[in-house]
Amino acid sequence: MSKKRPDFDYERTFSYKFNKWLSGTEDPYVGKVEMKRQRRRKISPETVQERMRERHKLQEKVYDASDNKILVNFDKLYRVVAVLFCVILLALLVWNVSYLPPIGAVDKAVNNEVPERYIESGLEEIGAVNFVTGMILDYRAFDTLGESNVLFCATITVLILLQISDKKKKVLDEDMLFEPHDDPILRMSSRILVPVIMIFGIYVVLNGHLSPGGGFSGGAIIGSGLILYQNAFGFKHARKIFNERIYKTISATALATYCLCKTYSFFTGANHLDSHIPLGVPGHILSSGLILILNICVGMVVACTMYTFYVMFRRGDF
Amino acid sequence: MHFELVQNFPFFTILMCLISAVLCSVLNGKAARLVNTILLITVTIMSVMVFGFVLNTGESYVYMMGHFPAPWGNEIRVGVLEAFMATFFAVIMLLSMIGGHHKLIEEVDEDKHRLYYILVNLLLSSLLALVYTNDLFTAYVFVEINTISAAGLIMIRQIGRTIEAAVRYMIMSLLGSGLLLMGICMLYDLTGHLLMSNIKEQVQILASDPSSQVPLMITITIISIGLCIKCALFPFHAWLPDAYGYSTVSSAAMLSSLVSKGYIFLLIKIIYRVIGFEVYKDSHIMNILFIFALCGMIFGSVSAIRETDIRRMIAFSSVAQIGYIFMGIGMGTKAGMVAAIFHILTHAATKSLLFISAIGLTDVSGFSRRFFEITGSGYRNKIAGVGFTVGSLSMVGVPLFSGFISKYLFASGAVQLTGKMMPALICLAISTILNAIYFMKTVIRIYTPIQNDKYLSIRSRSMKLYCLTIVLFVAINVLLGVSSHPVVEYIEMGLEMFS
Repeated sequence: MSKKRPDFDYERTFSYKFNKWLSGTEDPYVGKVEMKRQRRRKISPETVQERMRERHKLQEKVYDASDNKILVNFDKLYRVVAVLFCVILLALLVWNVSYLPPIGAVDKAVNNEVPERYIESGLEEIGAVNFVTGMILDYRAFDTLGESNVLFCATITVLILLQISDKKKKVLDEDMLFEPHDDPILRMSSRILVPVIMIFGIYVVLNGHLSPGGGFSGGAIIGSGLILYQNAFGFKHARKIFNERIYKTISATALATYCLCKTYSFFTGANHLDSHIPLGVPGHILSSGLILILNICVGMVVACTMYTFYVMFRRGDF
Repeated sequence: MHFELVQNFPFFTILMCLISAVLCSVLNGKAARLVNTILLITVTIMSVMVFGFVLNTGESYVYMMGHFPAPWGNEIRVGVLEAFMATFFAVIMLLSMIGGHHKLIEEVDEDKHRLYYILVNLLLSSLLALVYTNDLFTAYVFVEINTISAAGLIMIRQIGRTIEAAVRYMIMSLLGSGLLLMGICMLYDLTGHLLMSNIKEQVQILASDPSSQVPLMITITIISIGLCIKCALFPFHAWLPDAYGYSTVSSAAMLSSLVSKGYIFLLIKIIYRVIGFEVYKDSHIMNILFIFALCGMIFGSVSAIRETDIRRMIAFSSVAQIGYIFMGIGMGTKAGMVAAIFHILTHAATKSLLFISAIGLTDVSGFSRRFFEITGSGYRNKIAGVGFTVGSLSMVGVPLFSGFISKYLFASGAVQLTGKMMPALICLAISTILNAIYFMKTVIRIYTPIQNDKYLSIRSRSMKLYCLTIVLFVAINVLLGVSSHPVVEYIEMGLEMFS
């Protein structure tokens, strides 16, 4: 026993329309598609010639050197000066390099007490097995704080330039139609790859103080994983794991934590107070004071920055 | 060594700017504005307290950023000049932000206001860090923040010309940053240090060694030229008129009076604290800067005279004024340097006043910036007219205003020179006349009464904050002009602390 459908519902179905078309009672195009018979344009050879002549005249005027001589001359001069400038700068730098001390020389000025202390007592002072991380996140932490704010600043600038404001959002949805359709190969491979990339990225971030890597490189890996995920599954899915709200929350939390941690350690350091942060056993995952937290913060900021750049350049909205 | 609480303030101000920038990213436009205003006021108060402290003790101090002393860790250094500059920058930024607020609402999408305040906070943090830093690499990091946020400030008003201007600015500015970075790398390779005082020690040794003359010379040249590109000294000024002329007015005021000044201050700091004044003087790059500066003073003014757009005219006038500053640096004497630093203050106070009041004039002229349209606008918007007149008089160098003092200092500095006296004085005279031509032309035009005025006039009562900013700007100008003696004293004291 099938349920009887109401008439108006039935009239909307494809089979009803198809039957009507088959019986000839209705033409699906009449009244729905604008159809006009095109009037055949008369093209006489004179009009064609006239049009060609006009076009030639215009082209001559536009590309004629005599009409905008200044521009052409400027263009030539510009190229010559640009090449000259580059050559001079290059020559200057090469000339300079020949005077600089050779790389790896023992008596080079760079091999002074500064790197010596980083290498020799870095382990006991910072507790980080990876000297480089120890150097950038503890000895010279102020520079790195500035550097992560450079990333933040760059993201904000890209948002200013490329983010589509609410008024134009309508256009954006139509734009979605041109998104590439599902690619089974890409989907399948990214289903395997994305988790691996993410886990590797997290590993690199968390082990920043133990092995080569750290927040910047790990964050870049996580960011690339996000980009791959977006490419395979489209914006509709990607928006569920990363949208503007999540971007704001993550980057603000990470940067605020970073700033506050560093405020604490700068303040205690400058006032010669004890920071009360245990250094732990070198080599353990929970060691070297604040570096682990800072690495996580930097990693989150870098991942957000990478993905936001990509999304903004691609579409102008999350 | 025990630290007083005041001594922590320079570090607090920098970190506060960064934290409030992060805070603004989760707030809406209005709350972000509130945060920004509170921040600027707090930074001003803190910097004043630091200034008072340093003035009392009479000596500079270094502040360790972290648990490790200087060559290993980072540090900032606070002296009279640094604290004074920080105060001044914060005040000018506060006034520019308040004065240009109504244009920001008009010209920028509502959902992007938040981003604007983030960039302003970051810009302030970078300026403070550039002022206080004692480490070349820290300086470079904050130069980056400064560059990127300045480009964002230019293009927040999204019309075609600002985007083009921002692209131009970005290209030129990155060229400058690149040269600066190369210079820092070479300096590090030569001396093995990034801390300013340690580099200076090594450079003194290198300077007496004939074999290291060439790399030292090239390094100094590259650093100087890089910073000159960033602050738009004459042959590198092509990005300037569009960037200042079309961006929203707060941005224009901040770019002309703060961003370029931060770089000049960094250059002065490098001259004194990294290279050493004598070594820098012997390198003859000073003479090249001097020639560029003289050309800039003349050609900037000539371009300004030929301009028919009031905002672009003020922008070209900046080229001339930056020429003045570099003339002071290029003189190679202490008097010249004092004059240059005083002119930094003068120009910062005056140029932002001119931009803010010019916008008041164009608002009552149907938003047209053509000279023809602004005829008689001084009557329609009285306070803006007064502001523009005061700014013009100060730039021309009429007594009672700050411009007169800086021109006086330049002239008296030039008289003490032997070789550069005549060109400096002649160019100063010519440039003053050219300044007078284009500024007085504008002032006369805005006070030319016209019949059948088709534009409405604005009551000052309807925009109280705008009037307040102009009054404060005028007050700063007159203050610098009337009681210049203590300011000059502070500058001399600060320069002494530098070396």
